[in-house]
Amino acid sequence: MTLTRSGTPARRTSRRAGAGRRGRSRAVHLFVIPALLVYGLFVLYPVALTLFNSFFEFQGMQRGDWAGLGNFRALLTTAPLDERVANALGNNLQIFVFSFVLQCVVGFVIAALLYQFHRGREIFKAAYFLPRLLSLIVIGFLWQIIFSPNLGALNQFLEGVGLGGLAQNWLGSPSTALYTVIFVEGWYRLGFSILVFLAAMQAIPRQVFEAARLDGASGIRVLWHFMVPLTRPAWMILTVLTFISSFEMFDLVYAMQGVTGSPFYSSDTLALLFYRLAFGGEGGAAAIGLGSALALMLIVGMAVVSGLMVFFFTRKRVDL
Amino acid sequence: MATATRSATKARSADDPAAMARDRGRREGRRPRLPAALAYAVLVIFAVIEMYPIFLMLANSLRSDLDILSNPLGLPTRPQWGNYAEIWERSNFPAYFMNSIYVTGVGLLVLLLISSMAAYYLARFDFGWNKPLLMVFLLGLTLPLKLAVVPLFMLMQSLDLLDTRNGLLLVLVAERLSFAIFVLYGFFITLPREVEEAAMVDGANAWQVYWRVAMPMMRPALATVAIVSIVSMWNEFFFPLVFIRSDELRTIPLGMLTIVGEFSTEWALLFAGLTLSSVPMIIAFVILARQFMEGLTEGIR
Repeated sequence: MTLTRSGTPARRTSRRAGAGRRGRSRAVHLFVIPALLVYGLFVLYPVALTLFNSFFEFQGMQRGDWAGLGNFRALLTTAPLDERVANALGNNLQIFVFSFVLQCVVGFVIAALLYQFHRGREIFKAAYFLPRLLSLIVIGFLWQIIFSPNLGALNQFLEGVGLGGLAQNWLGSPSTALYTVIFVEGWYRLGFSILVFLAAMQAIPRQVFEAARLDGASGIRVLWHFMVPLTRPAWMILTVLTFISSFEMFDLVYAMQGVTGSPFYSSDTLALLFYRLAFGGEGGAAAIGLGSALALMLIVGMAVVSGLMVFFFTRKRVDL
Repeated sequence: MATATRSATKARSADDPAAMARDRGRREGRRPRLPAALAYAVLVIFAVIEMYPIFLMLANSLRSDLDILSNPLGLPTRPQWGNYAEIWERSNFPAYFMNSIYVTGVGLLVLLLISSMAAYYLARFDFGWNKPLLMVFLLGLTLPLKLAVVPLFMLMQSLDLLDTRNGLLLVLVAERLSFAIFVLYGFFITLPREVEEAAMVDGANAWQVYWRVAMPMMRPALATVAIVSIVSMWNEFFFPLVFIRSDELRTIPLGMLTIVGEFSTEWALLFAGLTLSSVPMIIAFVILARQFMEGLTEGIR
């Protein structure tokens, strides 16, 4: 944008505007029209209509009267929906917090360790990253088999090393299901965080570490006082991405725990709830309005929180 | 001014603490630092955790049901290559596979074409609406299209695009359009205009300049968009789930639901199916590991 502005205005406008605007002015718009058409029809229109629909009553697919905030009220105050929303929101928040630890904190530590080694670094990077390329559905089924109570690899392994007491029905019990899914999500995305952190660390000027070492700072201190603040942009990106992926979590839970987040909604998420409102028959005849209201809250909520995160991370500058 | 003050403060405060730190450092220097072997062990343990499930999938896809059930953690003693042939023949897998290739391939071509054309237009022409238009396109980066699926569903219904591969790929293209324009535009404005202007002077029209001059120069950015889009389109699950009804039109991730339902007791075949669906990406990654890792991490920002 800036470049277009500042380039060399005189020469550019004379040639460009002369050639572009008069001679071929009509045909030139064909460059943007296909993209605009697809974007307007398949992105802007449905999003706008979703926001619009959230303020109307619905009978099946039929839009009825203006409902004001009725859908929001119904969603948040009538049983059993209010419980579902609160439950799913709580789960999504837990997913975010634990995913932050699993993906960002652990990812940072692994990246810092990897930063010290040159030998085999590419192999490690590839090993960590490979899961990210597979379908979450495949990953979900794969881990489902690993976690299965009797013949699953995990319980077999635990019994094999004498920790049989820890073996349990990981995905079938309400107290462990959500955390098991969070673990698999972390397993899937960890490599990505490691690569982002590692790239950020490699961009730090070497002199910083040399100076720190000359001053005799220990490894942990270097990590905390230099590595963390100097990789701030990476922390920001990864925190925002972790937040968004946590609140959009759908595929993996669907594959592992089904559309209701079994057992007993213990691994239910807002995205699954939205899907059930839109297509799964939950919420009755008024479901489309309710689903749209939920969608609006999610779209606005995610935008606001992501914005706040960016604000928080960019507020403090780090000077070298 | 501000900088000067800041560095002055830094210099002043650096006096004492630095000396103290050096003192402390000398003391700490004698203590053993975190041994490299331990760090290495941690890296290896995490690599094993990340790779083991994939290894397990590949290994079990070559075993027999009985073998897996009697020894879940074992290795294939006599590789059962027939598992792949059997799942390929007994399920709709070939159809899923072709559908995934079609949707990802055609979708990618359409995406690259229309997004690069739009990026070229936005970056190289100076119409008054270009800047607002760019903002409108970038707005899509923050809009989760999946939450707008109900009006999208009705739109597809009225356009007769429900349960078609072309309808599905159009939605997938639309979902990635903002990202593609963002990357391509960002790359485009860093390129010098001189080459294009020279071509213009030589009498080339806008289309020729775009196709012959601008496109080749954009190759690195196109590659980034392509890698990110191939991975995400190949693995896309939500939109096929909503828009595709017929089993023979399903893409691989959706088809896996059918396969898991049908072969839930035949583990070897199940593992073979999971393997077959992952193998294209694994092979591509083995060949182009660096490009994949760079493309996917650059593509975020």
